Amino acid sequence: MSEQSYWLSFLGIVVVASPFVATIVLGVSSLLERKLSKPATTRLVYTMILSGLLASIAILVSMLMSGTRHIAIDLGNWVAIPHHYHFSVKFVFDRLSVPFAILSYVLSGTIGAFATKYMHRERGFNRFFVLYTVFLLGMEVTALAGTIETLFAGWELVGLSSALLVAFFQDRPAPARNGLWIWVVYRFSDAALLLAAVAMHHLTGEGDFDVLLGSGTWPYEHSLVSGWDAFVVGSLLTLAAMGKSALVPFSGWLPRAMEGPTPSSAVFYGALSVHLGAFLLLRVGPLLERSWPLCVLVVIIGLTTALFAYLAGSVQTDIKSVLAFASLSQVGIIVAEVRAGFRYIAMVHLIGHACLRTLQFVRAPSLLQDYRTIENAIGNYLPKAGNPLASHASNPNYAWVYRFGMERGYLDAILLEFVVSPVVRGLRRCDALERWWTDFLAGEASRESDQVKPHLETIEELS
Amino acid sequence: MNLLRLPWIELAIVIACVGSAFISLLRDPNRAHRWGILFMGVSFLCTFLGWLGFYEGVPPEVAPAFSIQHRLFGREIFALDELSAPLVPTIALIHFLTTMATARTHMRRFSFSWSLSAAALRISTFCCSEPWILIGLLSASTIPPYVELVNRGRPTRVYVLHMALFVVLLVAGWGAVELSGHVPSSAPWWAVAPLLVAVLVRSGTVPAHCWVTDWFEHASFGIAILFVIPLSGVYTAVRLVLPICPPWVLESIGLFSMVTAVYAAGMAIIQLETRRFFAHFFLSHASLVLIGLEMHNELSLTGSLCLWFSVMISLGGFGLTLRALETRFGRLSLADYHGLYEHCPMLGVCFLLTGLASVGFPGTLGFVSTEILVDGTIEAYRFVGVVVVATAALNGIAVIRAYFLLFTGSRHVSTVSLGIGLRERVAVLTLSALVLGGGFYPQPGVATRQRAAEQILLDRAERHEEAGVVSRTKPLGPGHDVEPEPRRQPRAETSTARE
Repeated sequence: MSEQSYWLSFLGIVVVASPFVATIVLGVSSLLERKLSKPATTRLVYTMILSGLLASIAILVSMLMSGTRHIAIDLGNWVAIPHHYHFSVKFVFDRLSVPFAILSYVLSGTIGAFATKYMHRERGFNRFFVLYTVFLLGMEVTALAGTIETLFAGWELVGLSSALLVAFFQDRPAPARNGLWIWVVYRFSDAALLLAAVAMHHLTGEGDFDVLLGSGTWPYEHSLVSGWDAFVVGSLLTLAAMGKSALVPFSGWLPRAMEGPTPSSAVFYGALSVHLGAFLLLRVGPLLERSWPLCVLVVIIGLTTALFAYLAGSVQTDIKSVLAFASLSQVGIIVAEVRAGFRYIAMVHLIGHACLRTLQFVRAPSLLQDYRTIENAIGNYLPKAGNPLASHASNPNYAWVYRFGMERGYLDAILLEFVVSPVVRGLRRCDALERWWTDFLAGEASRESDQVKPHLETIEELS
Repeated sequence: MNLLRLPWIELAIVIACVGSAFISLLRDPNRAHRWGILFMGVSFLCTFLGWLGFYEGVPPEVAPAFSIQHRLFGREIFALDELSAPLVPTIALIHFLTTMATARTHMRRFSFSWSLSAAALRISTFCCSEPWILIGLLSASTIPPYVELVNRGRPTRVYVLHMALFVVLLVAGWGAVELSGHVPSSAPWWAVAPLLVAVLVRSGTVPAHCWVTDWFEHASFGIAILFVIPLSGVYTAVRLVLPICPPWVLESIGLFSMVTAVYAAGMAIIQLETRRFFAHFFLSHASLVLIGLEMHNELSLTGSLCLWFSVMISLGGFGLTLRALETRFGRLSLADYHGLYEHCPMLGVCFLLTGLASVGFPGTLGFVSTEILVDGTIEAYRFVGVVVVATAALNGIAVIRAYFLLFTGSRHVSTVSLGIGLRERVAVLTLSALVLGGGFYPQPGVATRQRAAEQILLDRAERHEEAGVVSRTKPLGPGHDVEPEPRRQPRAETSTARE
């Protein structure tokens, strides 16, 4: 190994290891109930961000100077069953992953600095930063993954941390309800990705992107998989991307995610997490291109999402929901760009949009206060921005479109009514049947759990 | 002399038996608790040393000099092999941690004496592969739970009906297998069918699963966990059914298990009480393990054995966490939010960690197991692989739903400290450490499970060759020549060598 490749490997490991170490330190100290102090947590977060960011920038500079377009750091098999199975850990630095890794560090670093002040004296300060580091670790692993199994691991970390951050404010039921909804969507997205990973294993013998996507470097790879196989794997990957990027019909979770603290809304749902689906489609682009029906389908999904998000965002009444739908409309366009073959444009669009949206989300809480200050200074109300749909008020379909936007396309209602409710009703019937059967066998009422009260008494009442 | 040469497994069983007898004489629950911890701890230590000796390659022929069973029976009945080596210390560890984490308020309810006798039976069962003795032990291990229900004054009919069915079918099935000829692999369908049903009943497979939920309704939580967590039904399948049965039996078990896995995962999502939630969650995982066993290729079998170990550890920790919550707040409803995180954050974290480990979350013990199992099952039957993934997704939803309902969504007011105690802390942290340690460094565990899978498939292939049956089993990969190491030969061969 030459000295340069040795250093590049070292820097590559630093990029991934920084958030990993921070996660371990914060996680283990929390688990042992020996939480770090706020200054120590802040210092750890800054050190992690700086080391990871500097290492990734150094890799970028080195690649630009040497003209290298693809660096693979293979850490070997994490698990291997000879002749049957292996789980290799491999990270790839190329023109897609390096910008995305740097973007993750820059935005997370900005939000980390913002959150150390914003979350000051918050009871869940430590919990927030544990989840924050888990999220960043997941983002970096996903961005740099060289195999689909590695990508899946990062993907899951992002999903869990996101759902738990939505439910961050634990005193109210609404955040928990919304967190669960997001987790449900993510789980199905994860299941699709896992099936895609297994399908890839069976098609190519391993989950390595270099093998699946064929020769060439991003964005000029040429997949060897084609036909029906490409359609099946591509469909599963698209399904995974749809869940993660809140594309139609899974768009309902994005405004729900705004229940979390502003820093997490900004960095996760406004900037990074919501773009992860588009990133996945960019990564496996050559595979999807081998199936034109799938390409057409993805473009349609992207444009439908953009249109839906525009309509819904136009009639929202709170700033975070407006921003959420504005993000979604751009994500829809990015997805359409990816499948239309404009990969560099899509990537630049993604990076620019993520930065802009982060700024807007972070600015959101102080905006109303500033408006009030300005109004006090000028002694009058500021002019209202108005409803973008208002110019079409005379149209006979206006009321319907307005309602459609207000109800967020009825997407959650449709999923609840036609997917969740029938399943839950069916299971409840099975539960009733089980009760009857057990009572019959026992010869008496057999469920002690029926006497459990839905609410806890306080310990004083119990005594 | 090398200490590892001592017959540690026998000592573990004897110590648990002696402890049980001794503690039954004590009337003070505090003293019983202290002695219970001591006896169970020593018993666990013995199983650990036995496991260490097995992997260090202590020659088996040195054992007879110190062995009690050689003096009593003239042969080795209880010994570790590739399959049971990690399972036995794990069972003892879970017994030890459950005993240790028993709160003072529950000491009168938790019978330390019966717990030790049950531990002795379980260790013996998992160290035994001789069919009739194994059947005897499996039958005997159904008695302590019955005594528990009677002592607590709870209804026993559902439990008794199912366990009686299990024992009768097991005895009848194996009897029929032996009557049908000298070579068990040629056993006719009427001999194997009762064994198949016995395994399904003991594993809690739909429609014979109601005894598990009923058992969790009525038993004390600790005893309930200890009875189900080792997956004795799966062990019965591996020892008695897998080596001899024709492919259609395996396919039937696989089919029933597949239905149970999805059904129980779905039921876990809609439950309104924690014990019933845990029971269904457990049933789903037990069925996943059975699915992998019945695909009878090396990869799925390895995945299944990995998952078995992972389920024992992670669901053991998950159960202990729920038990600790129950100790503080009584039986918990899942109909509304409780907001307990502020009072016991460590329990919240351990709940998430162990629950997610059982559904195969990255960085935990279950991750690689689930990956291998999905890969192996898809290799055998694609549809089954999809079902396994769907089950894992549903179970993941069930865990997070329960977490949100128990730990978030409300503010629980109490002026009394509800923090976790030292013993409980040690118990849940030990299992959490195993969950994370096994998750970050899974290769040694996977390698031992692969060797066990090879051994099982080799054994099955040999029996079928003897019987002249064309087997669909795929014991070895292409070009994969496996010669089992001498110390890992099947027990029958090592016994012959000694004689």
